[in-house]
Amino acid sequence: MNNNRHTAHHRLRGWAALFALTSPALACAAGAPEAAVPWWLWPLALFGVCFVLGMIAVPAGIGGGVLFVPIVSGFFPFHLDFVRGAGLLVALASALAAGPGLLRGGLADLRLALPLTLLASVGAIIGALVGLALPTAVVEVALGITILCIAVLMWSAKRSEFPDVTRPDSLGVALRICGVFHDAQSGRDVDWRVHRTPLGIGLFAGVGVLAGVFGLGAGWANVPVLNLVMGVPLKVSAGTSGFILSIVDSAAAWVYINKGALLAIIAVPSVIGIMLGAFIGARLLRVLRASAIRRLVIAMLLLAGARALMKGMGWWT
Amino acid sequence: MKPMDSPARGGISPEQLLYARILDYGMKAGLAVLIAGFAAYLGGALPVQLPFEELPRLWALPVGDYLRDSGMPMGWGWLAMLDRGDVLALTGIVLLAGVSVPCLVVLAFAYAGRGDWAYFGIALALIGVLVLAASGVFGSH
Repeated sequence: MNNNRHTAHHRLRGWAALFALTSPALACAAGAPEAAVPWWLWPLALFGVCFVLGMIAVPAGIGGGVLFVPIVSGFFPFHLDFVRGAGLLVALASALAAGPGLLRGGLADLRLALPLTLLASVGAIIGALVGLALPTAVVEVALGITILCIAVLMWSAKRSEFPDVTRPDSLGVALRICGVFHDAQSGRDVDWRVHRTPLGIGLFAGVGVLAGVFGLGAGWANVPVLNLVMGVPLKVSAGTSGFILSIVDSAAAWVYINKGALLAIIAVPSVIGIMLGAFIGARLLRVLRASAIRRLVIAMLLLAGARALMKGMGWWT
Repeated sequence: MKPMDSPARGGISPEQLLYARILDYGMKAGLAVLIAGFAAYLGGALPVQLPFEELPRLWALPVGDYLRDSGMPMGWGWLAMLDRGDVLALTGIVLLAGVSVPCLVVLAFAYAGRGDWAYFGIALALIGVLVLAASGVFGSH
Protein backbone atom coordinates (compact mmCIF):
# COMPACT_ATOMS: atom_id res chain seq x y z
CA MET A 1 0.00 0.00 0.00
CA ASN A 2 2.76 2.39 1.05
CA ASN A 3 4.77 1.25 -1.91
CA ASN A 4 1.87 2.02 -4.26
CA ARG A 5 1.45 5.45 -2.74
CA HIS A 6 5.17 6.06 -3.08
CA THR A 7 5.10 5.04 -6.76
CA ALA A 8 2.03 7.19 -7.42
CA HIS A 9 3.75 10.12 -5.69
CA HIS A 10 6.82 9.68 -7.90
CA ARG A 11 4.66 9.51 -11.03
CA LEU A 12 2.85 12.67 -9.98
CA ARG A 13 6.14 14.46 -9.45
CA GLY A 14 7.33 13.28 -12.86
CA TRP A 15 4.24 14.62 -14.61
CA ALA A 16 4.50 17.86 -12.62
CA ALA A 17 8.11 18.27 -13.80
CA LEU A 18 7.09 17.63 -17.41
CA PHE A 19 4.23 20.11 -17.05
CA ALA A 20 6.65 22.70 -15.69
CA LEU A 21 8.91 22.10 -18.69
CA THR A 22 6.10 22.53 -21.18
CA SER A 23 4.33 25.36 -19.40
CA PRO A 24 5.94 28.27 -21.30
CA ALA A 25 4.49 26.89 -24.52
CA LEU A 26 1.05 26.54 -22.98
CA ALA A 27 1.28 29.95 -21.32
CA CYS A 28 2.21 31.70 -24.55
CA ALA A 29 -0.48 29.84 -26.49
CA ALA A 30 -2.90 31.23 -23.90
CA GLY A 31 -1.68 34.75 -24.65
CA ALA A 32 1.14 35.40 -22.15
CA PRO A 33 3.98 37.56 -23.58
CA GLU A 34 6.90 35.52 -24.96
CA ALA A 35 9.43 38.13 -23.89
CA ALA A 36 8.69 37.30 -20.24
CA VAL A 37 10.13 33.82 -20.76
CA PRO A 38 13.95 33.44 -20.58
CA TRP A 39 15.36 32.10 -23.86
CA TRP A 40 16.74 28.87 -22.36
CA LEU A 41 13.32 27.79 -21.13
CA TRP A 42 12.12 27.25 -24.71
CA PRO A 43 14.71 24.61 -25.70
CA LEU A 44 14.20 23.00 -22.28
CA ALA A 45 10.43 22.95 -22.78
CA LEU A 46 10.99 21.59 -26.30
CA PHE A 47 13.08 18.77 -24.87
CA GLY A 48 10.29 17.98 -22.35
CA VAL A 49 7.56 18.00 -25.00
CA CYS A 50 9.62 15.83 -27.35
CA PHE A 51 10.34 13.39 -24.52
CA VAL A 52 6.58 13.01 -23.96
CA LEU A 53 5.93 12.74 -27.72
CA GLY A 54 8.58 10.03 -28.03
CA MET A 55 7.05 8.17 -25.10
CA ILE A 56 3.57 8.03 -26.60
CA ALA A 57 4.65 7.63 -30.24
CA VAL A 58 5.95 4.08 -29.80
CA PRO A 59 2.82 2.61 -28.13
CA ALA A 60 0.69 4.51 -30.68
CA GLY A 61 2.65 2.96 -33.55
CA ILE A 62 3.72 6.25 -35.13
CA GLY A 63 7.12 7.86 -35.68
CA GLY A 64 6.67 11.03 -33.68
CA GLY A 65 7.39 13.47 -36.52
CA VAL A 66 3.70 13.69 -37.36
CA LEU A 67 2.98 14.98 -33.83
CA PHE A 68 6.11 17.12 -33.60
CA VAL A 69 5.48 19.60 -36.43
CA PRO A 70 1.88 20.62 -35.64
CA ILE A 71 2.40 20.72 -31.87
CA VAL A 72 5.71 22.58 -31.86
CA SER A 73 4.67 25.01 -34.60
CA GLY A 74 1.38 25.60 -32.82
CA PHE A 75 2.57 26.14 -29.28
CA PHE A 76 6.19 27.35 -29.52
CA PRO A 77 7.51 30.69 -30.82
CA PHE A 78 9.75 29.07 -33.48
CA HIS A 79 9.08 29.87 -37.13
CA LEU A 80 7.51 27.05 -39.13
CA ASP A 81 10.60 26.86 -41.39
CA PHE A 82 12.80 25.75 -38.47
CA VAL A 83 10.11 23.49 -37.03
CA ARG A 84 9.78 21.63 -40.33
CA GLY A 85 13.56 21.21 -40.59
CA ALA A 86 13.68 19.88 -37.03
CA GLY A 87 10.62 17.68 -37.71
CA LEU A 88 12.43 15.95 -40.56
CA LEU A 89 15.45 15.39 -38.35
CA VAL A 90 13.29 13.97 -35.57
CA ALA A 91 11.72 11.51 -38.02
CA LEU A 92 15.10 10.78 -39.61
CA ALA A 93 16.90 10.11 -36.31
CA SER A 94 14.11 7.79 -35.12
CA ALA A 95 14.17 5.90 -38.43
CA LEU A 96 17.97 5.61 -38.39
CA ALA A 97 17.96 4.33 -34.82
CA ALA A 98 15.37 1.66 -35.66
CA GLY A 99 16.79 0.81 -39.12
CA PRO A 100 19.57 -1.67 -38.28
CA GLY A 101 17.33 -3.73 -36.00
CA LEU A 102 14.50 -3.78 -38.52
CA LEU A 103 16.82 -4.93 -41.31
CA ARG A 104 18.55 -7.60 -39.21
CA GLY A 105 15.24 -8.89 -37.88
CA GLY A 106 13.79 -9.12 -41.36
CA LEU A 107 10.94 -6.76 -40.49
CA ALA A 108 12.20 -4.34 -43.15
CA ASP A 109 12.84 -5.65 -46.65
CA LEU A 110 15.45 -3.96 -48.86
CA ARG A 111 14.12 -5.31 -52.17
CA LEU A 112 10.69 -3.93 -51.34
CA ALA A 113 11.99 -0.64 -49.97
CA LEU A 114 14.51 0.50 -52.60
CA PRO A 115 12.23 0.98 -55.66
CA LEU A 116 9.67 2.83 -53.51
CA THR A 117 12.33 4.97 -51.86
CA LEU A 118 13.72 6.24 -55.15
CA LEU A 119 10.67 8.20 -56.30
CA ALA A 120 9.67 9.05 -52.74
CA SER A 121 13.06 10.74 -52.26
CA VAL A 122 12.62 12.75 -55.45
CA GLY A 123 9.14 13.71 -54.22
CA ALA A 124 10.52 14.71 -50.82
CA ILE A 125 13.10 17.05 -52.39
CA ILE A 126 10.43 18.66 -54.57
CA GLY A 127 8.15 18.94 -51.53
CA ALA A 128 10.85 20.58 -49.42
CA LEU A 129 11.59 23.13 -52.14
CA VAL A 130 7.90 23.90 -52.61
CA GLY A 131 7.29 24.07 -48.85
CA LEU A 132 10.09 26.57 -48.30
CA ALA A 133 8.94 28.70 -51.24
CA LEU A 134 5.28 28.95 -50.20
CA PRO A 135 4.01 31.70 -47.87
CA THR A 136 3.97 30.54 -44.24
CA ALA A 137 0.21 31.08 -43.83
CA VAL A 138 -0.52 28.85 -46.83
CA VAL A 139 1.70 26.08 -45.43
CA GLU A 140 0.04 26.42 -42.02
CA VAL A 141 -3.46 26.08 -43.47
CA ALA A 142 -2.39 23.10 -45.61
CA LEU A 143 -0.62 21.56 -42.59
CA GLY A 144 -3.75 21.95 -40.48
CA ILE A 145 -5.92 20.29 -43.13
CA THR A 146 -3.36 17.48 -43.62
CA ILE A 147 -3.07 16.80 -39.88
CA LEU A 148 -6.86 16.70 -39.49
CA CYS A 149 -7.03 14.24 -42.42
CA ILE A 150 -4.30 12.11 -40.78
CA ALA A 151 -6.34 12.03 -37.55
CA VAL A 152 -9.39 10.83 -39.51
CA LEU A 153 -7.21 8.28 -41.38
CA MET A 154 -5.79 6.95 -38.10
CA TRP A 155 -9.29 6.68 -36.67
CA SER A 156 -10.91 4.95 -39.62
CA ALA A 157 -8.19 3.07 -41.54
CA LYS A 158 -8.51 -0.67 -41.68
CA ARG A 159 -5.46 -2.90 -41.63
CA SER A 160 -4.91 -6.38 -42.90
CA GLU A 161 -2.49 -8.62 -40.97
CA PHE A 162 -1.81 -10.92 -43.95
CA PRO A 163 -3.31 -9.50 -47.17
CA ASP A 164 -4.15 -11.99 -49.89
CA VAL A 165 -2.21 -11.34 -53.10
CA THR A 166 -3.57 -13.73 -55.72
CA ARG A 167 -2.03 -12.12 -58.81
CA PRO A 168 1.34 -10.41 -58.32
CA ASP A 169 1.96 -7.66 -60.87
CA SER A 170 4.63 -7.98 -63.54
CA LEU A 171 6.89 -5.23 -62.16
CA GLY A 172 6.88 -6.79 -58.68
CA VAL A 173 7.70 -10.18 -60.22
CA ALA A 174 10.46 -8.71 -62.42
CA LEU A 175 12.06 -7.02 -59.38
CA ARG A 176 11.59 -10.21 -57.31
CA ILE A 177 9.82 -8.35 -54.53
CA CYS A 178 8.70 -11.16 -52.28
CA GLY A 179 9.71 -12.87 -49.07
CA VAL A 180 8.91 -15.29 -46.29
CA PHE A 181 7.85 -13.86 -42.97
CA HIS A 182 7.78 -15.90 -39.78
CA ASP A 183 4.89 -14.81 -37.61
CA ALA A 184 5.67 -15.60 -34.00
CA GLN A 185 2.05 -15.21 -32.88
CA SER A 186 0.66 -17.88 -35.18
CA GLY A 187 3.97 -19.75 -35.40
CA ARG A 188 3.77 -20.07 -39.18
CA ASP A 189 5.86 -18.91 -42.13
CA VAL A 190 3.95 -16.61 -44.43
CA ASP A 191 4.93 -16.22 -48.07
CA TRP A 192 4.32 -12.69 -49.19
CA ARG A 193 4.46 -10.98 -52.56
CA VAL A 194 3.12 -7.73 -53.91
CA HIS A 195 0.58 -6.41 -56.36
CA ARG A 196 -0.12 -2.93 -57.77
CA THR A 197 3.61 -2.06 -57.59
CA PRO A 198 3.43 0.85 -60.11
CA LEU A 199 0.52 2.38 -58.15
CA GLY A 200 2.47 1.91 -54.91
CA ILE A 201 5.53 3.65 -56.38
CA GLY A 202 3.35 6.55 -57.55
CA LEU A 203 1.68 6.90 -54.16
CA PHE A 204 5.07 6.85 -52.42
CA ALA A 205 6.19 9.74 -54.62
CA GLY A 206 3.13 11.69 -53.45
CA VAL A 207 3.76 10.80 -49.81
CA GLY A 208 7.37 11.97 -50.25
CA VAL A 209 6.11 15.36 -51.44
CA LEU A 210 3.95 15.70 -48.30
CA ALA A 211 6.88 14.71 -46.09
CA GLY A 212 9.05 17.39 -47.71
CA VAL A 213 6.45 20.17 -47.65
CA PHE A 214 5.46 19.71 -44.01
CA GLY A 215 8.57 18.12 -42.50
CA LEU A 216 6.52 15.15 -41.37
CA GLY A 217 7.80 11.62 -41.18
CA ALA A 218 5.38 9.74 -43.39
CA GLY A 219 4.85 6.41 -41.64
CA TRP A 220 1.16 7.26 -41.25
CA ALA A 221 0.85 7.05 -45.07
CA ASN A 222 3.58 4.53 -45.91
CA VAL A 223 2.09 1.69 -43.88
CA PRO A 224 -1.42 1.84 -45.46
CA VAL A 225 0.10 2.03 -48.97
CA LEU A 226 2.34 -0.99 -48.35
CA ASN A 227 -0.31 -2.98 -46.51
CA LEU A 228 -3.62 -2.12 -48.19
CA VAL A 229 -2.47 -1.15 -51.70
CA MET A 230 0.51 -3.45 -52.30
CA GLY A 231 -0.57 -6.37 -50.11
CA VAL A 232 2.48 -6.56 -47.81
CA PRO A 233 1.93 -8.19 -44.35
CA LEU A 234 1.30 -5.57 -41.68
CA LYS A 235 4.48 -6.11 -39.65
CA VAL A 236 6.69 -6.08 -42.75
CA SER A 237 4.85 -2.91 -43.88
CA ALA A 238 5.55 -1.15 -40.59
CA GLY A 239 9.21 -2.22 -40.53
CA THR A 240 9.86 -1.38 -44.19
CA SER A 241 8.13 1.99 -43.77
CA GLY A 242 10.53 2.84 -40.93
CA PHE A 243 13.50 1.97 -43.10
CA ILE A 244 12.19 3.96 -46.08
CA LEU A 245 11.93 7.05 -43.85
CA SER A 246 15.65 6.80 -43.07
CA ILE A 247 16.40 7.62 -46.72
CA VAL A 248 13.42 9.75 -47.81
CA ASP A 249 13.65 12.11 -44.83
CA SER A 250 17.39 12.55 -45.35
CA ALA A 251 16.73 13.66 -48.95
CA ALA A 252 14.30 16.33 -47.73
CA ALA A 253 16.49 17.23 -44.74
CA TRP A 254 19.36 18.15 -47.09
CA VAL A 255 17.19 20.81 -48.71
CA TYR A 256 16.40 22.33 -45.30
CA ILE A 257 20.08 22.13 -44.26
CA ASN A 258 21.25 23.80 -47.47
CA LYS A 259 18.58 26.49 -47.22
CA GLY A 260 19.81 27.28 -43.69
CA ALA A 261 16.47 26.26 -42.13
CA LEU A 262 18.10 24.44 -39.27
CA LEU A 263 18.91 25.76 -35.82
CA ALA A 264 20.89 23.47 -33.52
CA ILE A 265 19.13 24.95 -30.48
CA ILE A 266 15.79 23.68 -31.86
CA ALA A 267 16.82 20.51 -33.71
CA VAL A 268 19.16 18.86 -31.20
CA PRO A 269 16.95 18.97 -28.05
CA SER A 270 14.09 17.69 -30.22
CA VAL A 271 16.07 14.72 -31.54
CA ILE A 272 17.53 13.79 -28.14
CA GLY A 273 14.18 14.28 -26.37
CA ILE A 274 12.18 12.15 -28.78
CA MET A 275 14.77 9.37 -28.84
CA LEU A 276 14.97 9.20 -25.03
CA GLY A 277 11.17 9.25 -24.87
CA ALA A 278 10.93 6.47 -27.45
CA PHE A 279 13.35 4.43 -25.35
CA ILE A 280 10.96 4.71 -22.38
CA GLY A 281 7.92 4.29 -24.64
CA ALA A 282 9.17 0.93 -25.89
CA ARG A 283 9.16 -0.26 -22.25
CA LEU A 284 5.73 1.26 -21.61
CA LEU A 285 4.32 -0.90 -24.39
CA ARG A 286 3.83 -3.70 -21.86
CA VAL A 287 1.88 -1.64 -19.33
CA LEU A 288 -0.09 0.88 -21.40
CA ARG A 289 -3.23 0.10 -23.40
CA ALA A 290 -2.30 0.79 -27.02
CA SER A 291 -5.90 1.68 -27.91
CA ALA A 292 -6.04 4.35 -25.17
CA ILE A 293 -2.75 5.87 -26.34
CA ARG A 294 -4.00 5.81 -29.91
CA ARG A 295 -7.12 7.75 -28.92
CA LEU A 296 -4.92 10.25 -27.07
CA VAL A 297 -2.75 10.71 -30.18
CA ILE A 298 -5.81 11.24 -32.38
CA ALA A 299 -7.11 13.85 -29.92
CA MET A 300 -3.70 15.59 -29.94
CA LEU A 301 -3.64 15.56 -33.75
CA LEU A 302 -7.14 17.07 -33.88
CA LEU A 303 -6.12 19.84 -31.46
CA ALA A 304 -2.79 20.54 -33.19
CA GLY A 305 -4.37 20.39 -36.66
CA ALA A 306 -7.11 22.82 -35.65
CA ARG A 307 -4.49 25.12 -34.09
CA ALA A 308 -2.38 25.10 -37.30
CA LEU A 309 -5.47 25.77 -39.41
CA MET A 310 -6.59 28.66 -37.21
CA LYS A 311 -3.08 30.11 -37.05
CA GLY A 312 -2.81 30.00 -40.84
CA MET A 313 -6.23 31.64 -41.22
CA GLY A 314 -5.24 34.33 -38.72
CA TRP A 315 -8.02 33.33 -36.28
CA TRP A 316 -5.68 32.33 -33.42
CA THR A 317 -2.17 33.69 -33.74
CA MET B 1 10.12 -16.95 -23.90
CA LYS B 2 8.13 -15.49 -26.77
CA PRO B 3 9.97 -15.90 -30.06
CA MET B 4 10.79 -12.78 -32.07
CA ASP B 5 9.05 -12.14 -35.37
CA SER B 6 11.56 -12.90 -38.08
CA PRO B 7 11.68 -14.13 -41.63
CA ALA B 8 12.12 -17.83 -42.20
CA ARG B 9 15.63 -19.31 -42.35
CA GLY B 10 17.71 -17.72 -45.07
CA GLY B 11 15.12 -14.98 -45.58
CA ILE B 12 17.51 -12.08 -44.98
CA SER B 13 19.89 -11.37 -47.82
CA PRO B 14 23.62 -10.80 -47.15
CA GLU B 15 23.22 -7.34 -48.73
CA GLN B 16 20.56 -6.44 -46.19
CA LEU B 17 22.75 -7.54 -43.26
CA LEU B 18 25.70 -5.60 -44.69
CA TYR B 19 23.56 -2.48 -45.04
CA ALA B 20 22.32 -2.88 -41.45
CA ARG B 21 25.88 -3.13 -40.12
CA ILE B 22 27.11 0.03 -41.86
CA LEU B 23 23.95 1.93 -40.95
CA ASP B 24 24.39 0.93 -37.31
CA TYR B 25 27.98 2.26 -37.17
CA GLY B 26 27.10 5.45 -39.02
CA MET B 27 24.00 6.17 -36.95
CA LYS B 28 25.86 5.71 -33.66
CA ALA B 29 28.77 7.87 -34.82
CA GLY B 30 26.33 10.59 -35.94
CA LEU B 31 24.45 10.56 -32.65
CA ALA B 32 27.69 10.69 -30.64
CA VAL B 33 28.93 13.69 -32.64
CA LEU B 34 25.49 15.34 -32.33
CA ILE B 35 25.45 15.06 -28.54
CA ALA B 36 29.14 16.00 -28.09
CA GLY B 37 28.82 18.99 -30.42
CA PHE B 38 25.70 20.25 -28.67
CA ALA B 39 27.28 19.81 -25.24
CA ALA B 40 30.29 21.84 -26.42
CA TYR B 41 27.93 24.51 -27.77
CA LEU B 42 25.91 24.83 -24.58
CA GLY B 43 29.02 24.54 -22.43
CA GLY B 44 30.55 27.56 -24.13
CA ALA B 45 33.65 25.70 -25.31
CA LEU B 46 33.74 27.84 -28.46
CA PRO B 47 32.51 31.33 -29.39
CA VAL B 48 29.09 31.39 -31.05
CA GLN B 49 27.88 33.01 -34.25
CA LEU B 50 24.42 33.71 -32.81
CA PRO B 51 24.44 35.18 -29.27
CA PHE B 52 22.08 33.26 -26.99
CA GLU B 53 20.08 36.37 -26.09
CA GLU B 54 19.47 37.00 -29.82
CA LEU B 55 17.96 33.55 -30.39
CA PRO B 56 14.33 34.37 -29.46
CA ARG B 57 14.26 37.10 -32.12
CA LEU B 58 16.02 34.99 -34.76
CA TRP B 59 14.10 31.72 -34.35
CA ALA B 60 10.80 33.53 -34.91
CA LEU B 61 11.88 34.81 -38.36
CA PRO B 62 11.29 33.13 -41.74
CA VAL B 63 14.50 31.49 -42.91
CA GLY B 64 15.29 34.22 -45.48
CA ASP B 65 15.13 37.00 -42.87
CA TYR B 66 17.02 34.86 -40.36
CA LEU B 67 19.91 34.33 -42.80
CA ARG B 68 20.06 38.05 -43.57
CA ASP B 69 20.07 39.08 -39.88
CA SER B 70 22.33 36.34 -38.54
CA GLY B 71 25.05 36.16 -41.16
CA MET B 72 24.70 32.39 -41.23
CA PRO B 73 25.67 30.83 -44.58
CA MET B 74 23.63 28.69 -46.97
CA GLY B 75 24.74 25.41 -48.53
CA TRP B 76 28.11 24.13 -47.34
CA GLY B 77 29.32 27.57 -46.24
CA TRP B 78 29.06 26.41 -42.63
CA LEU B 79 32.23 24.32 -43.11
CA ALA B 80 34.27 27.53 -42.98
CA MET B 81 32.70 28.40 -39.60
CA LEU B 82 33.39 25.25 -37.61
CA ASP B 83 35.21 27.31 -34.99
CA ARG B 84 31.76 28.54 -33.87
CA GLY B 85 29.96 26.41 -31.29
CA ASP B 86 26.50 26.76 -32.83
CA VAL B 87 27.81 25.80 -36.27
CA LEU B 88 29.85 22.88 -34.92
CA ALA B 89 26.68 21.58 -33.27
CA LEU B 90 25.23 21.06 -36.77
CA THR B 91 27.96 18.55 -37.69
CA GLY B 92 26.14 15.61 -36.11
CA ILE B 93 22.99 16.53 -38.02
CA VAL B 94 24.90 16.53 -41.30
CA LEU B 95 26.41 13.13 -40.47
CA LEU B 96 22.97 11.69 -39.71
CA ALA B 97 21.56 13.13 -42.94
CA GLY B 98 24.45 11.63 -44.94
CA VAL B 99 24.78 8.20 -43.36
CA SER B 100 22.61 6.45 -45.96
CA VAL B 101 24.97 7.33 -48.81
CA PRO B 102 27.91 5.07 -47.81
CA CYS B 103 25.41 2.31 -47.01
CA LEU B 104 23.97 2.59 -50.52
CA VAL B 105 27.44 2.70 -52.14
CA VAL B 106 28.42 -0.58 -50.48
CA LEU B 107 25.01 -2.02 -51.38
CA ALA B 108 25.42 -1.03 -55.04
CA PHE B 109 28.79 -2.84 -55.19
CA ALA B 110 27.24 -5.89 -53.53
CA TYR B 111 24.43 -5.98 -56.09
CA ALA B 112 26.91 -5.52 -58.95
CA GLY B 113 28.99 -8.40 -57.59
CA ARG B 114 25.92 -10.64 -57.73
CA GLY B 115 24.95 -9.45 -61.19
CA ASP B 116 21.69 -7.99 -59.91
CA TRP B 117 21.78 -5.10 -62.35
CA ALA B 118 18.24 -3.84 -61.74
CA TYR B 119 18.94 -3.20 -58.07
CA PHE B 120 22.44 -1.96 -58.85
CA GLY B 121 20.78 0.68 -61.03
CA ILE B 122 18.20 1.57 -58.37
CA ALA B 123 20.89 1.89 -55.67
CA LEU B 124 23.00 4.02 -58.01
CA ALA B 125 20.02 6.27 -58.83
CA LEU B 126 19.28 6.69 -55.11
CA ILE B 127 22.90 7.65 -54.45
CA GLY B 128 22.61 10.21 -57.26
CA VAL B 129 19.42 11.70 -55.79
CA LEU B 130 20.90 11.95 -52.27
CA VAL B 131 24.21 13.39 -53.49
CA LEU B 132 22.38 15.96 -55.59
CA ALA B 133 20.21 16.90 -52.60
CA ALA B 134 23.29 17.16 -50.36
CA SER B 135 25.28 19.14 -52.92
CA GLY B 136 23.07 22.16 -52.50
CA VAL B 137 22.11 22.28 -56.18
CA PHE B 138 18.45 22.44 -55.14
CA GLY B 139 18.74 24.41 -51.97
CA SER B 140 21.50 26.95 -51.59
CA HIS B 141 20.27 29.75 -53.86
